[in-house]
Amino acid sequence: MSVSDNIIEISAMNFSREDRIIYNDINLNVPRGKVTAIMGPSGIGKTTLLRLIGGQITPSSGSIKFNDQELVNIDRKSLFKARRKMGMLFQSGAMFTELSVFDNVAFPIREHTKLPESIIRKIVLMKLEAVGLRGAADLFPSELSGGMARRAALARAIALDPDLIMYDEPFTGQDPISMGVIVRLIRELNDALGVTSIVVSHDVDEVLSIADYVYIVANKTVIASGTPEELRQETAPQIVQFMQGRPDGPVPFHFPSDDYKKELFNHGN
Amino acid sequence: MAISSIQQMGRNSLSVIAGLGRAAFMLVGALKPSGRGVKLLPLLIKQLYVVGVQSLIIIVVSGLFIGMVLSLQGYTILVGYGAEQSLGQMVSLSLLRELGPVVSALLFAGRAGSALTAEIGLMKATEQLSSLEMMAIDPLHQIVAPRFWAGVISLPLLAAIFSAVGIIGGHLVGVDWLGVDSGAFWSVMQSSVEWQEDIVNGAIKSIIFAIVVTWIALHKGYDAVPTSEGISKATTSTVVQSSLAILGLDFVLTVVMFGS
Amino acid sequence: MSKKIELMVGFFLLAGIAAILMLGLKVANSQLGGNTDTYQLIAKFSNIGGLKVRSSVKVGGVVVGRVVSISLDDDFSPKVVMNINSDFNKFPDSSSVAILTSGLLGEQFIGLTPGFVDEETEILANGDLLEDTRSAMVLEDLIGQFLYGNSED
Repeated sequence: MSVSDNIIEISAMNFSREDRIIYNDINLNVPRGKVTAIMGPSGIGKTTLLRLIGGQITPSSGSIKFNDQELVNIDRKSLFKARRKMGMLFQSGAMFTELSVFDNVAFPIREHTKLPESIIRKIVLMKLEAVGLRGAADLFPSELSGGMARRAALARAIALDPDLIMYDEPFTGQDPISMGVIVRLIRELNDALGVTSIVVSHDVDEVLSIADYVYIVANKTVIASGTPEELRQETAPQIVQFMQGRPDGPVPFHFPSDDYKKELFNHGN
Repeated sequence: MAISSIQQMGRNSLSVIAGLGRAAFMLVGALKPSGRGVKLLPLLIKQLYVVGVQSLIIIVVSGLFIGMVLSLQGYTILVGYGAEQSLGQMVSLSLLRELGPVVSALLFAGRAGSALTAEIGLMKATEQLSSLEMMAIDPLHQIVAPRFWAGVISLPLLAAIFSAVGIIGGHLVGVDWLGVDSGAFWSVMQSSVEWQEDIVNGAIKSIIFAIVVTWIALHKGYDAVPTSEGISKATTSTVVQSSLAILGLDFVLTVVMFGS
Repeated sequence: MSKKIELMVGFFLLAGIAAILMLGLKVANSQLGGNTDTYQLIAKFSNIGGLKVRSSVKVGGVVVGRVVSISLDDDFSPKVVMNINSDFNKFPDSSSVAILTSGLLGEQFIGLTPGFVDEETEILANGDLLEDTRSAMVLEDLIGQFLYGNSED
């Protein structure tokens, strides 16, 4: 079996939630070993896309392949096996509050391997060193700042040396310094560990600075894709609006509504 | 108007049925053997501490006071018939058949049930459950199952402690304060309390309450809308629904056990 | 931390078991050895008063068994079946039973009085019928007898 160049292949996928269509016939490939960014305005279901890849929710139709293995309608055991090859960094970090940072990072290793405690200790300290938090091993998640919690969660996500790391809005709510740290970490981990990264974000500048390939998702499908350079050259008004952050354009400033004057003055009828 | 209210009724009953279905799936998923038995033991011990040990104080104090009040009230009524010798019987039967299982279950729902709902709701809101899923660990096995077993083990023990402490409280007031003969207190009690009829039936009640309360609490947390408002709503509805379920089931069980 | 938790949980489980033991031994006074062996005796009365299933059977105040069923026989006399603990299996067939009341308002129970033993008496065994029975005192009858003085027994 030849390993294809794409670690994730999504083809002709539809997904809707309570009659509302989120994705309509979307196609998206994630090349192996690269940092791939998925961008788009808030509320279009970027996080949903990560959950679809992680198999937490099932699409209405279409196919999602991870390492050439179909994830749609797969049995739970194989799905869990596939997930051991994925790491996910949640927006909130999702640290287990009752465990220390060390135990948080050790948790997936203890659950999935039978390694002796002395080796687990070494692995955990290495992972923490990679994110610069070896000194914080004995702290509890409540004692960490937001940026540190996210880095600790990153150490946990890479604990089992996954093939794929998914970052859900890693830059949201970070101060410039920790934002810079996370940007650097994503790039460094990707290159040093030889993993594939998917970054979901709407922070245009940060994403463009690290991504090898970018998908812009809007209107339930991919509206543009390419390297950061290609996207900067793009002239389609919708993409220009998003890339430059203009308030009005093809994506309207106003939520769809009746005529303004009509609604103001016809009041009372 | 009529049509829309009928529609509303239909929608509500459908959502109740869907909720029951999700609750059933949750329990089945949690109780399915996971093949990780040994790893779950520390989790179970931790939860026995949270659910059982931390409910101990409220159970002991309430049991003591309820036993003392029962004894005082019972004495004033029985003494009118010159039957204060039967005080032990009255106190012990009330506690073993009704108050022990019911009051301890109500307290358990308020103390441990609401905490379980809030904890799991918060885990859901902070994506800890999703994060477990993504680590290829089933949160039903890791989070729900140990809490369920801890609840099912703890509540019957708490109810037994409640009844025992209540009887001691009754003895304290009846014998040590009001002067009922200690021998009569115990012997009348012993001749009227039956192991099978009273103690085992009380224990069965309390096991059933334990299953229902823990199940409701876990389901409400697991199914909560992951926002602060959703969690507070879920916590309230755990206490309300558990209490109603306890009282309703108690009537049914009493009819079945002692009715004929 | 974790050791303390384990200790507390162990203490909690012990306290729970101790409570169950106290309820079983001190409150219900049950022999936890389970169901001890019993044998059945049958007695017919003309009136059983307030006797109930599970009422106790006593010899000189000591509980030796319990009533297991009360039914009406073919000749319309109440028939009472008792389970007697097989530790007490030496009652002669000349023994008598009476329905007695503990105190003025107390529960009714069966008082068994062991009879004399001579060559012709046999030991009561499972399913035997007690011949000599005395029925319950009914308060209304007693008052009637007292008022009209028609006591002819």
